[in-house]
Amino acid sequence: MRDFITSQFGVSVVLAFIVINVLLGAVSYCIYFERKISAWIQDRCGPNRVGPWGLLQPIADGIKFLVKEDVVPNHVDKPLFIFAPAAIFLVAFIGFAAIPWGGQLELDGRLVNIQVANPDIGLLYILGVGSMSVYGAVLGGWASNNKYSLYGAIRATAQMLSYDIPMGLCILVVVLTMGTLRLEEITLQQTGYWAGWIPQWNIFLHPLAFAILFITALAESNRTPFDLAEAEQELVGGFHTEYSALKFGMFFLAEYAHMITASAFIAVLFLGGWHLPGVSWTQPQATQWYAVLAKIVVLSTKIIFFLFVMMWIRWTLPRFRFDQLMRLAWKGLIPITLALFVLAAALLFFDRQRSPLWALSGNLVILVVALITASSSRLRVTGRQVNLPTIAPATDFVRLGRVEMPL
Amino acid sequence: MRTFCPSQCDQSVERKRYDRRPLASARGSDRRRCPLLAACIATWLGFSSTVVWASLPTDMAQSTKAAAPGGLLEAFLFYTVAGGVVLSALGVCIAKNIVRMAVWLFAGLGSVAMLYFLLAANFLGAIQLIIYAGGTLVLLVFGVMLTSKSPWVRFDPPKVELIAAAVVCLALVVSLCTVLARTVWSSAEGIVPGATVAAFGERLLTTYLVPFEVAGVLLMIVMVGAAHLARQEE
Repeated sequence: MRDFITSQFGVSVVLAFIVINVLLGAVSYCIYFERKISAWIQDRCGPNRVGPWGLLQPIADGIKFLVKEDVVPNHVDKPLFIFAPAAIFLVAFIGFAAIPWGGQLELDGRLVNIQVANPDIGLLYILGVGSMSVYGAVLGGWASNNKYSLYGAIRATAQMLSYDIPMGLCILVVVLTMGTLRLEEITLQQTGYWAGWIPQWNIFLHPLAFAILFITALAESNRTPFDLAEAEQELVGGFHTEYSALKFGMFFLAEYAHMITASAFIAVLFLGGWHLPGVSWTQPQATQWYAVLAKIVVLSTKIIFFLFVMMWIRWTLPRFRFDQLMRLAWKGLIPITLALFVLAAALLFFDRQRSPLWALSGNLVILVVALITASSSRLRVTGRQVNLPTIAPATDFVRLGRVEMPL
Repeated sequence: MRTFCPSQCDQSVERKRYDRRPLASARGSDRRRCPLLAACIATWLGFSSTVVWASLPTDMAQSTKAAAPGGLLEAFLFYTVAGGVVLSALGVCIAKNIVRMAVWLFAGLGSVAMLYFLLAANFLGAIQLIIYAGGTLVLLVFGVMLTSKSPWVRFDPPKVELIAAAVVCLALVVSLCTVLARTVWSSAEGIVPGATVAAFGERLLTTYLVPFEVAGVLLMIVMVGAAHLARQEE
């Protein structure tokens, strides 16, 4: 038995159990922190009635979700209506399997990875799981048989398809630099130092790719300013308009689970995962249990930092209009990431892929060229899209009780 | 008090126009749905258990395979996943609603990916998930949503098409069975390679460079053509 527990398989099973349960708690407390941060930004109090500082609010919300009546409207496609929240929830939680939480641990003289799975295709696994996350929104919106839900679903699909491309290209930049798809290996390769003290994190090689990956992560997890799929002012509640009780709760929690996955992913790819320079416990050689705990704390801190920035953005920036969103992806991010991709390939060809001087100057050139192009083009950034017709009187939009809305 | 609800109003108009049957039968009776639901659950059980198994660390997966070639676990997983493939393929054929067909197809493509994972072809499995389950199928659903007039529109092909399809399928089944019977299956002892991505990439860029590039050019042409078709007339 002890042999089983200390083997990699046993550790993986135990870790999977712990990770799932901790994350389920974490996503509900994400909602608490979202409300607290929004209150702080808007100079309010936030939840403060249930427990000290309102800390028991997520539990109260959970109980409320559980005991509410679970309404399934009469006009929905029932199997798909029930399947959609389950799908989005499942997909949101299996992505964590490939995240390297804490390096290696020495157990009974053997080294085991503190990672549920370390497949050869780690990055592809997360990409594949991420690309399936759109199904929950799409099926939910379709099965609801409600025009607002359907608009939300269509918006979600178009948005995810568009932002998948720059995300994939950013990840390719990292793959070209590191030469591996294993997330643990990517972390390990970032633990060196330049000039003796600057950590070899990828953010110092490709800051532009880091920024774009963060933007696409916001879009993929449907966060403001990219939350057009559930824009309250236009679509009631978007793809989850018809959902109530725990089904709605699952959509809600899945969004936060996506945020955590995306944050962990970016932290591993660009910020060295569990590595912290200058602390001996967070080096790859440290394999004691307390070192592993320290590494987990470091990675969690990076994740919490990203979560905070995402919440900060949500309560600071207004939402994009849909054509602005598409223009940003197709005319802004994709050309820039293509240029970054060519840059990374060129650096690899000349064997300079780890040289910060060349990579940073390349990034700078791309940024300057992009800014010059953007400022010299005559397309206005705001305002109505040029090729759309002028706005017709409101009566033209209403036909047969069917409201035609511009996407 | 009767309140105006655009969605219900919409629905009655649409149903009258496109489907004269009552709503209950349009959605299929409960009795018909039970086996489909059960099949769905079985598929997902297989899916999830295989995800657990396939995501085991590679050395672990190898040692199970090496210790028990054709072992109970592997046989169990194979038959679960294969059953999932067959069931979801049946579901695609039986379903009348196009979006439900797409969901069945999703289950089928996912189960095929699981088969790849079972064969330790991790890269193929991941690509199957990303391209087919995550990309192509989303486009399909997207197209259906943008073009369909009513959510309850049913897919009822005419008899002629059904017969033609049956003939083609029968020919396919016969030819596949012939190939299966005639093939000499090679079986080799040895450890399944855990890391296939690097070898895959190397082959693609050396031995199979020309087909790889031709496929790339083909996709490029398709993209340019699609962009041309979708462009607004000046």
